[in-house]
Amino acid sequence: MTELFGIPLSALLSQLLLGLVNGSFYAMLSLGLAVIFGLLNVINFAHGALYMMGAIFAWMGLTYFGVNYWVMLVVAPLLVGLFGIVIERFLLRHLYKLDHLYGLLLTFGLTLLIEGFFRSFYGVSGLPYQVPEALGGATNLGFMILPNYRAWVVVASLVVCLGTWYVIERTKLGALLRAGTENAKLTEAFGVNVPLMVTLTYGFGVALAGFAGVLAAPILQVQPLMGSNLIIVVFAVVVIGGMGSILGSILTGLGLGVIEGFTKVFYPEASSTVVFLIMAIVLLIRPAGLFGKEK
Amino acid sequence: MKLPRELVLYAVLIAIVAVLPLFGAYPVFVMKVMCYALFACAFNLLIGFTGLLSFGHAAFLGGAAYAAGHALKVWGAPTELGLLFGVAAGAVLGIVMGALAIRRSGIYFSMITLALAQMLYFFFLQAGFTGGEDGLQSVPRGTLLGLVDLTSDITLYYVVLAIFILSFLLIFRTVHSPFGQVLKAIRENEARATSLGYDTARFKLLAFVLSAALAGLAGATKTLVLGFATLSDAHWSTSGLVILMVLVGGMGTMLGPILGAFIIVALENKVGDIGMFLGRVTGIEWFNGLGEAVTVVIGLIFVVCVMAFRRGIVGELGAWWAHRQTARTSAAA
Repeated sequence: MTELFGIPLSALLSQLLLGLVNGSFYAMLSLGLAVIFGLLNVINFAHGALYMMGAIFAWMGLTYFGVNYWVMLVVAPLLVGLFGIVIERFLLRHLYKLDHLYGLLLTFGLTLLIEGFFRSFYGVSGLPYQVPEALGGATNLGFMILPNYRAWVVVASLVVCLGTWYVIERTKLGALLRAGTENAKLTEAFGVNVPLMVTLTYGFGVALAGFAGVLAAPILQVQPLMGSNLIIVVFAVVVIGGMGSILGSILTGLGLGVIEGFTKVFYPEASSTVVFLIMAIVLLIRPAGLFGKEK
Repeated sequence: MKLPRELVLYAVLIAIVAVLPLFGAYPVFVMKVMCYALFACAFNLLIGFTGLLSFGHAAFLGGAAYAAGHALKVWGAPTELGLLFGVAAGAVLGIVMGALAIRRSGIYFSMITLALAQMLYFFFLQAGFTGGEDGLQSVPRGTLLGLVDLTSDITLYYVVLAIFILSFLLIFRTVHSPFGQVLKAIRENEARATSLGYDTARFKLLAFVLSAALAGLAGATKTLVLGFATLSDAHWSTSGLVILMVLVGGMGTMLGPILGAFIIVALENKVGDIGMFLGRVTGIEWFNGLGEAVTVVIGLIFVVCVMAFRRGIVGELGAWWAHRQTARTSAAA
């Protein structure tokens, strides 16, 4: 068997895939955070809770209504997005004039509220969710066994992330969004309905989190606290990457996932802390983040 | 005339707390409140007087709780050295975390402190000396300075009260010193403070370390009182809880964090009973399970405070008082 650094190549490759899967979640969540922060100047702590909602909605759809994975892949993000729009319209909107930290505090409170709510119904044990039939099984690539569903997660999230990048950087709508991020007042003066744009952007950002949640449902434990530990890692990812660039967020997310995967092979004890360590190093060398701009 | 009135208020408060055990208050509960009140006051030094929102203060409370517990239990250190070791642990963690976090400002500062505290949490989870999921159990209280036996709750009660008063005085003195004035200047307008020639990074770091050390003292004292240190002290939800205490009581007020700590600790202990009561009165089954859903209640208070009640209880009272005073003076004129 082929070996690399004394570790079987197939084990290394399967950890690489696991890392890419985690990286896909980091990428989708940090992308949503970055888009929201760009326009709203709010760090959405509730992002993890909304990701969890996506996963639980997928589970509820299947368990209570018999709605399959593919339908929920569309419906759950829409529901989460709608929920986000309600949050933005009725709560967040009133805080824009205040210090940014109130946005963080509000979304932190919402996180506790949402997680506590689902916990009072489902406890903290994982809810079982099967991999959809079409994606079950694995493909033998000769040098490694590739579980189909994990491959699908990486591909789907890449498509969604790159699609988001394309819309924001290459279309008229994206141009308006970037203008709003640059200078909201001036954009409004040109007749753009900025408040509506803000609402929809928040809805879109959290829908991305919901989408990630549905993708995660068959492979990670579906349970009310699944988002809160993840979101803290994503915060570290955001600090490492800096929130200035869309492609930067995607690359940082995937890259850190892969690094984390390799750490699991070579030094498992550090696998839960390696992202934070990298954050500390980046702060020492390049405080603005890898893709961030000094203000 | 303002200072004497404040002094009277503080004296009355101290007297009330000092006689509480005589009127049947459960000493361990009041001591726990005092530990959290100290924790919240230390946190308020940053958020209220320097304008820095740390989301990682659990690291100092939890880290110091472990450090003190380890010194007292494994090394058999005298009580006062155990406490000091906890304070030192808090301060050292504060230097490291602070030096990294103040490299960014605003919302990034909060995210960095949160991430670093989470890193420490994972470290505590895996490290041998913390006892992992079980925590550090049966930490002895020992004797203070080799003279005072602390096994009695009442004796410990007055020691904790003394620790709290001394720390509070230190915070009071800091806030009202020239150093405190510079911190407030940084809170109001950091660029302006820099242009006036202040090395704001150094001031921020100093405030951060002071806050961390005091949070460490709170954590070490808590271990002494309860006899154990657990992972939940270092968990991010504890960082959130202390934010809520300060928010409910009033950021940037002297007494707010104390009141906030009392309310939140009492709520955590009693929310199950309140739920049972509401369930009986309203007949809604769901309320009976409220004790299980403390986080829902905490989250709800968070949202309400941020949306409608940002000055906190003491802040609102202060504003009402100031309003009344101006109304009076204008009526007199």
